[in-house]
Amino acid sequence: MLIKRRSFIKGSGLATASLLMPRFLHAFGTEEKVPPGNKVLVVLQLSGGNDGLNTIIPYRNDIYYKSRPVIGIAKEKAIRLTDEAGMHPSLDYLGHLFQEGELGVLNNVGYPEPDRSHFRSMDIWHSASGSKAYWQTGWLGRLLDEQCKNCEHSTQAVEIDDMLSLALKGNNRNGFAFKDPRRLYQASRSPLLDDLLNAHDREHAEHTASYLYKTLADTKKSTSYIFEQSRQVATGVYPSHEFGRNLKTVASLILSDINTKVYYVSIGSFDTHVGQDVQQTRLFKQINEGLKAFVEDLKKNNRFEDVLVMSFSEFGRRVAQNASKGTDHGTANNMFFISGGLKQQGILNELDDLTSLRAGDLQYKIDFRRVYATVLERWLNVKAERILGAAFEPLGFI
Amino acid sequence: MTDSQINIQHLCWRAGFGPAAAELRPIRKSSLKEFRSRFLMASREAPLEIEVVKNPFEGMTIQEVSKKLKQATEEERKSLRTFHQNGIKSLNQFWIQEMINSKAQLREKMVFFWHDHFSCRSGNSLHLQKYLNILRKHALGKFSDLLMEVSKSAAMINYLNANQNRKNQPNENFAREVMELFTVGKGQYSEVDIKEAARALTGWNANYIGEFVFNPGQHDTGSKKILGQSGEFNGDDVLTILLNQRGTAQHITEKIYRFFVNEQPDEKIVTRLSKEFYESGYDIGQLLQTIFSSDWFYKTENIGNRIKSPIELWVGINRQLPMQFGNPDAALGFQRIMGQVLFNPPNVAGWPSGNAWIDSSSLMYRLQLPKILSAGTDFTVLPKADDDTQMGKAVKPIKGLTATIRWPLYFQTYSGIDLKDLPETINSFLLQTLSTPSEAVLKKHSKEVSREAMISSRTLLLMQCPEYQYC
Repeated sequence: MLIKRRSFIKGSGLATASLLMPRFLHAFGTEEKVPPGNKVLVVLQLSGGNDGLNTIIPYRNDIYYKSRPVIGIAKEKAIRLTDEAGMHPSLDYLGHLFQEGELGVLNNVGYPEPDRSHFRSMDIWHSASGSKAYWQTGWLGRLLDEQCKNCEHSTQAVEIDDMLSLALKGNNRNGFAFKDPRRLYQASRSPLLDDLLNAHDREHAEHTASYLYKTLADTKKSTSYIFEQSRQVATGVYPSHEFGRNLKTVASLILSDINTKVYYVSIGSFDTHVGQDVQQTRLFKQINEGLKAFVEDLKKNNRFEDVLVMSFSEFGRRVAQNASKGTDHGTANNMFFISGGLKQQGILNELDDLTSLRAGDLQYKIDFRRVYATVLERWLNVKAERILGAAFEPLGFI
Repeated sequence: MTDSQINIQHLCWRAGFGPAAAELRPIRKSSLKEFRSRFLMASREAPLEIEVVKNPFEGMTIQEVSKKLKQATEEERKSLRTFHQNGIKSLNQFWIQEMINSKAQLREKMVFFWHDHFSCRSGNSLHLQKYLNILRKHALGKFSDLLMEVSKSAAMINYLNANQNRKNQPNENFAREVMELFTVGKGQYSEVDIKEAARALTGWNANYIGEFVFNPGQHDTGSKKILGQSGEFNGDDVLTILLNQRGTAQHITEKIYRFFVNEQPDEKIVTRLSKEFYESGYDIGQLLQTIFSSDWFYKTENIGNRIKSPIELWVGINRQLPMQFGNPDAALGFQRIMGQVLFNPPNVAGWPSGNAWIDSSSLMYRLQLPKILSAGTDFTVLPKADDDTQMGKAVKPIKGLTATIRWPLYFQTYSGIDLKDLPETINSFLLQTLSTPSEAVLKKHSKEVSREAMISSRTLLLMQCPEYQYC
């Protein structure tokens, strides 16, 4: 079994995930469950455009309070991070991670000539294109194209969702989307499809529908693989909302022997045009509870050093509040990085500059593709240039 | 299956949304030539102008409308937003029904093609209705008319920010996309051409009820140099200059070839067609007639190898197997799950095509669809959020895809066919691929207790086979 698993590995970044020590060897008294260096990325998408300025609050800045007389978060309510910056009151566990040196906040991330449509801007973040180009593949999908030409299971990148996002679609390889491993497994167990696949295998002929038969065979193989893996590990206590369940699924797979390197989870909607505080608070509570259960689970199992959670949203929101106690679509935003293996922690760069706005919007300082390049090169250990279509200078936080 | 049947069905699938159940008999009895001439004739007539969405400000001048909008309360704004959301939904439902039921299949298919080509979104249902009417009116007419009217439609003007393009404050979005995507294509123009074209296009705007407005005060009257020509050009001149480029004919013809014939274009054929297209003054109908009347269109390598887009799959099933939905949002739900919602293309470049539609979850869903439609199996899916239209509301799972299949109508299609010939007849009606699924497997899973059971079970089985995803 072990030999078979090793034999297909060709040393590529993603395939090395399979080098994980299988579970049954743990019984032989190894201290650490998993050898170090087996890095996992969890992308956390905040859909709808999260308001970054009420997430990381510049509570020493008058402009902030002047622009947001109603929805601005008072200094005494915010969770203190530094002398300059606080965190939304509902994110107390993230505040705790900040103090522990397990959270990094990168401010002012965006791209030139930003687009204010949710869909288009998300398209840009997913594909990693410039705002004037239209790409039909995603950055993680292209990672699979590069790294997974001969992977045994198409499960190197999975999305916990019913449908697959553009981010995980490549030219030749796709990520794998499912919400519930058991339901997926059951849906794929069709006697008709089994018989069709077997018959197709026997024919060996050049077949018009070969591509679909191959995808189908891959899917079936992967669904049972995922289901088997997800059953093996009982994990901690997670909150019962959907986000909590999704993180539980991710944790149970991370703690199994599965070859998955990239997990993709979304939560929303952060499109807070009206009554922002209620909506954002509700979602942040879920994120806070979910990540608390998730991180503690990983820590308990000595995997937190190898897992990086990266959050993003398609855009930030305007600096000034609107007439409905909300905010409208803006531009640059902050990103969170949560891991036991960060090289730099805390506030990673200067806070948003509220004095040099452009038509009421923040001006980005860091291109999001530099963040992708950082994660690809320094975390997943793959060359980023081909995946991103150009060279972007990595940052130093991991 | 006879050569003639597969060729006729090829025409039905590519030039339309597939053969309808009621057409099986004429398909089996006609020659390709007879069928084709009836098929093309059906799209000759000018389409009716659709008015699914009624202007809520009927009878008011645009000044009165603007005033009313300015003074609207929060409550009134909200109800106006709901009005437009419902309007867009109604347009979507109407259009899907047209695709399924219209005899003018070629026109419907071409409207679908142009929607993808002149990709556009809008939150204003009146704008979208006008835009759709333009596509319908010129779908088979002159590309020059189509380009001119779509470019000046309120939907497009807003979508590509032409209304923000002012003298000394250019917004180049429309100028760029009209060159890159709508006419000559990438590599045929410089950044300077875009800047200069944007200057010429200044002053364009549209009002709330969807009328084109030209603001002379915003227009840059100076001299511009676009693609080698100099003059005091305006927006119309930009489009004329682009239409004069042979590159536009080449770009459009190649796209049409890829869509209707083969994703791998045959360069010699495309070049010849594009020359004719240019010289005909961009006669779209004539170009399509040439394609569908050629021998090469019916070559084996062009048949049964195109992955149906979600819309083609849905409409195709509904045409072959007549059905009714209790839930009027069923078609919309399917579009959202599969990521192809009419009036909601991903970006100005339109939808992906071919294998790009396929991943594990979308394939599983496609293959299960006939079961869901017929038996209402428990399969609820949460579509991706679309914050552009949902305004921060939570996503609801898609349910209610269960249909009432009109089996008696479908059974009639096969009346008079010998029981022993039935399997082969159903196969050839439903599948266009060169290879068919294993007959032993189909036999094993189909119910043969009665003629009806055999027709219905085989039909649903075939629709669950990977082969059915191709046309």
